Amino acid sequence: MQSELFERNVPGMTEKLQAATVGIAGCGGLGSNIAVALVRAGVGRLIISDFDVIEASNLNRQHYFQKDIGRFKVEALTDHLLAINPEVKIIAHNLKLDSENTPKLYSHVDIMVEAFDKAESKQWLIETWLSVYPDICIVCGNGLSGVGDTASLKLRRLDNLVICGDGLTEMTEGLCSARVAIAANMEAHAVIGLLMGLEEL
Amino acid sequence: MSQTITVNGDLLEWTEGMSVSDVLALKKYTFKMLVVKIDGQLIKKAIWPETVIPAGATVQVIHLMSGG
Repeated sequence: MQSELFERNVPGMTEKLQAATVGIAGCGGLGSNIAVALVRAGVGRLIISDFDVIEASNLNRQHYFQKDIGRFKVEALTDHLLAINPEVKIIAHNLKLDSENTPKLYSHVDIMVEAFDKAESKQWLIETWLSVYPDICIVCGNGLSGVGDTASLKLRRLDNLVICGDGLTEMTEGLCSARVAIAANMEAHAVIGLLMGLEEL
Repeated sequence: MSQTITVNGDLLEWTEGMSVSDVLALKKYTFKMLVVKIDGQLIKKAIWPETVIPAGATVQVIHLMSGG
């Protein structure tokens, strides 16, 4: 079943991804789409966290459905991920992450992914992560709001800090499904490249 | 000859005792949500005022935007 699932993967990719554990902080527009991309690609184990419940307004960009409204995001997302690959290991934490609990909950990841919405949260996570685990790469989303200007969505690598987005747009401009998904998939793609040991992400 | 540092790719004149906070003020980076790295090492916001930048350093400042 597993081998058939990843039959169309890039050669050499499946073995490396199956052996990997990836942490994702936040299961919203970035996190839910990143998790789906990573499970489809063959990542063996995900650690996900969020404290929120799904609202109708999430459905314009997040990987949830009408029937999920009112459910906890981590619970619904776990179901959707297992529906793609029943053999993937999902460790789900239904709680609010902070600088105290995050290093403990994500102590066994190969790569960390920032998928929060608020800039304040992005800042404490990057600061906490690179202080506690300076050798484990963190991939972040930064600037993915509004619509248009696709070419401004870029990946920037600063050693163990990888940043995906335009670095400019704010969520007050509104959030468009396709643009958020580009940034999310750019983050997921960076994770896959890192797990494969690529020099150019 | 004056010494310099590089801030997000731009050259800036270096002065003895120059802190991260000084550089952010000089560059007019008044945005609240920033991440700062000096020669690849992350510098926490709490210690920007007392962190002195060495001559020749490469400083990277990332502006964090909300949205996700």
